[in-house]
Amino acid sequence: MIVKDPVCGMEIDSETAFAFREHMGQKFYFCSEDCVGKFDADPHQYAMVTSATTGFNSGIPLERINLPIQGLKEDQDANKLQSWLKAYPGISQVIVNRATGTAQITFLPAQLSLANLVKAIRAAGFRPEGAQTHIGIQNLRCASCVQSIEDELRATPGVINGSVNVATQEASIEYLPQQTKLADLNTAIESWGYKTHPAVSKEPQDKQEAEHEKEYRRLISHFWFAAIISLPVLATAYSKFVPFVRDWSMVTLRLAWEVTALLTLPVMFWSGIDFFTGAWAALKHRSANMNTLVALGTMAAWLYSTIAVLFPSIFPLGTSEPFYDVVAVVIALVVLGQALELRAKGRTSEAIKKLIGLQAKTARVVRDGQEMDIPVEEVLVGDVVQVHPGEKIPVDGLILEGSSAVDESMLTGESLPASKKTGDEVIGATLNKTGAFKFRATKVGKDTALAQIVKMVQDAQNSKAPIARMADTISGYFVPVVMILAVLTFVLWFDIGPQPRLVYALVTAVTVLIIACPCALGLATPMSLMVGIGKGAENGILIRTGEALQTAQGIQIVVLDKTGTITKGKPELTDTVVADNWKENDLLQLAASVERSSEHPLAEAIVEGAKVKSIALTEPSAFEAVPGFGVIATVGGKHVVLGNLKMMEREKAILGDLEQKASALADDGKTPMYVAVDGKAAGIVAVADTIKEDSAEAIAALKKMGIEVVMLTGDNQRTASAIARKVGIDRILAEVLPGDKAKNVGLLQADGKRVAMVGDGINDAPALVQADVGLAIGTGTDVAIEASDITLIKGSLKGVVTAIEVSRATMGNIKQNLFGAFIYNALGLPVAMGVLFPFFGVLLSPLIAGAAMAFSSVTVVGNANRLRTFKPRLSVK
Amino acid sequence: MTTIQFIITLGGIGLSIFISWFFWLAPKGQTHAATGAGGVQEVAITVKGGYTPDVIVLKSGQLVRLTFTRQENSACSEEVLFPDFNKSSLLPEGEPVTLEFTPEKPGEYGFQCKMGMLRGKLVVE
Repeated sequence: MIVKDPVCGMEIDSETAFAFREHMGQKFYFCSEDCVGKFDADPHQYAMVTSATTGFNSGIPLERINLPIQGLKEDQDANKLQSWLKAYPGISQVIVNRATGTAQITFLPAQLSLANLVKAIRAAGFRPEGAQTHIGIQNLRCASCVQSIEDELRATPGVINGSVNVATQEASIEYLPQQTKLADLNTAIESWGYKTHPAVSKEPQDKQEAEHEKEYRRLISHFWFAAIISLPVLATAYSKFVPFVRDWSMVTLRLAWEVTALLTLPVMFWSGIDFFTGAWAALKHRSANMNTLVALGTMAAWLYSTIAVLFPSIFPLGTSEPFYDVVAVVIALVVLGQALELRAKGRTSEAIKKLIGLQAKTARVVRDGQEMDIPVEEVLVGDVVQVHPGEKIPVDGLILEGSSAVDESMLTGESLPASKKTGDEVIGATLNKTGAFKFRATKVGKDTALAQIVKMVQDAQNSKAPIARMADTISGYFVPVVMILAVLTFVLWFDIGPQPRLVYALVTAVTVLIIACPCALGLATPMSLMVGIGKGAENGILIRTGEALQTAQGIQIVVLDKTGTITKGKPELTDTVVADNWKENDLLQLAASVERSSEHPLAEAIVEGAKVKSIALTEPSAFEAVPGFGVIATVGGKHVVLGNLKMMEREKAILGDLEQKASALADDGKTPMYVAVDGKAAGIVAVADTIKEDSAEAIAALKKMGIEVVMLTGDNQRTASAIARKVGIDRILAEVLPGDKAKNVGLLQADGKRVAMVGDGINDAPALVQADVGLAIGTGTDVAIEASDITLIKGSLKGVVTAIEVSRATMGNIKQNLFGAFIYNALGLPVAMGVLFPFFGVLLSPLIAGAAMAFSSVTVVGNANRLRTFKPRLSVK
Repeated sequence: MTTIQFIITLGGIGLSIFISWFFWLAPKGQTHAATGAGGVQEVAITVKGGYTPDVIVLKSGQLVRLTFTRQENSACSEEVLFPDFNKSSLLPEGEPVTLEFTPEKPGEYGFQCKMGMLRGKLVVE
């Protein structure tokens, strides 16, 4: 019968097998001495109880990995790989996804090692991709060592490819993180006697940055080529002004012009290649853009000039002069403009780069009892991570053991380090101060708070503000309109213009094509939006969409939820008032002991208040909660009652002047609770939700900005008024049922006002959605709050002020840009067409038009960069 | 007006009309999305000087998977934006990048490169 050799997986005939073993009731056959030898050395590795029919035991864990695979271009590639792999012994399931370029392989690791799996994939003609890493190698000098190290790396299991660069002293390695760790790679290199260190990459962080760099260099080289050619071309075009050239005879000059005709060809088709390929590609899609304009303009100039040079007799006298200077100079300038624009664009994404830079690069995990340093991308959920003093926390997690103080200011703005102990949450990218601890990773990679913030900011930067859509619609029609204008300009000058008609007609038409700049219009909004949103993010304000940013600038009313927004949201013990000869601490001890068993939110405040004073609490007995009245319990033999006025009446406790004192407390915005012991009134404990320190300041700032502030709360009118008075709010909507919050926002909007709502994302969600702009105060790792348009990650109300300020500043910048881009075209086009000519004899030279066009988009991006100097009026420190 | 001027004028007007028609009025070819496994509408789009295809017909309410492969390095096309769905993606050269979302309401939704030079349209029925 056909059996499988458990060691090598080869299918053999049991009757001709080399050896036979029986182990744990199972029979095994081996193909060779080698295999049986391996089996004898460690039978348990190979001897598994397998199902008779499928060869797999459901009790043994299968391993499943997702491997990115290169070379999956067509569907048939995916199918080929899938069927190829399925045939391999040890593989249970293969799903190849061509769209994502990955293969999900479920296999039996004991029967098919990962290395053999990689070999199998390669045998099918595909290449598995792995993680990339760079390792710096110290003092790598000899070229032959390069080969040795590369071989060593490639021989390391799990390494797909490794290459060593002597020039940068770095090894670039592609490997499968499931099989190899960074430590193994380091060992491979160190085995040749070299010390390794994490690569100090002078390379740009991002692939995108690298691409930008390459593009920039390409554009600049194109510029220089065109610029250099422009010099002799200009000399021969404006021969009268150039000392040596002006003495040339017409014949020589004509010859020179023919030379320039040839010289400008490479300028057009090498330096200016982008314009032509771009225009052609656009044409195939039935659209036209800036490339179309430049390509047409320069081509028209070149063709006219060449015909004029070769067949001067066709043209009327004095018109057969070439315009090669237009071709060369315009291309040079526009290419330069594109290069500068690229540079300036890079600066607009600085905020994001700063955020990404906050991420830690490595993490120290404890796996199988061993501590090892790994790149942060390799940390898995559930890993135990060790953090030492002064280190950056790599990912989000929950502390398992140890404690410390953590500086979270980069994410939450809390200047005081937050103390963390077992069970507390820690956020990646924050800084550990003096303690050491271990935590379990709960969110890694894309799911960490930092990654979520980065994604939100990126999405927002790419969103469209309504004002941008308007600009977009215009750009859609713009270029063909310009082309039509150029045609009409030519016709007009040719029909009714002065002599030489042809020259004037052509020059003006070309100028019209060149001066129009659709790019500036298209860039105006996105660039400012990028910088504005980045600025917001820097100040702890995460704006989700461009639309939110635009709406926020026109906010007239800000509705603030009370609990958790204006106030801290956690009630705290504020007063203990005693009657007769009661001591405060004794009273508090009894009250807190009773409240220990209570689930009332205020109870926790009282218990906490007692703890802070180090008062020992006693376990109560006979606890009874009376809804609407209070609580009753027996503490230390005493009958203690805690509650409101109604409760005291029920207990028939005489309050005396306590009632007055309670009233005073209530007017102060506190919630007083009477305490009666053994039937007699003993005192009052008062609890209040303390106001955040900067709430008043923020509200004052909002009012100064001309915005009305309204408080919305489900709390009673009295407490609400007290708080409102303290923070400076005049309009209060109190005793609002949770379900009616959204309706109240709607009522305000019905007045025709733009309303913003500030609350926490959970309870106030409907109200946030109803408002024109919903701002949620987020805390901790809960960043992407769905219901809000803007998330304030620093829990302060000052964020609202800053959000509106950022919005106004950005919208102002956008309007400047749009205005500039619009005016530029609105003025430039008519002047190019010749509108000033009849009055002032002024015509726009195509050279100047080229310069203006090139620099108009740079100016727009430059102005957007100006927004980077924005500073909020109230800084949240 | 001389004969040449007459010809030029006529030619100019004709050219203007042609331009209007070519860029604005002429109907563009549409591509219908193929429905793949699991009811997911899949379309592969090449990005090279424009989006091919650039008019895609989709059914509403079904998940859509668009795979963009950028085959040029001009900085213009490095990002694709879907402003109506608040989605965007970087397109590194040569790498297929997939975007998924479900268009609920029928209508026309545009997508474009960052600067607006390259455009496409999703027609959701």
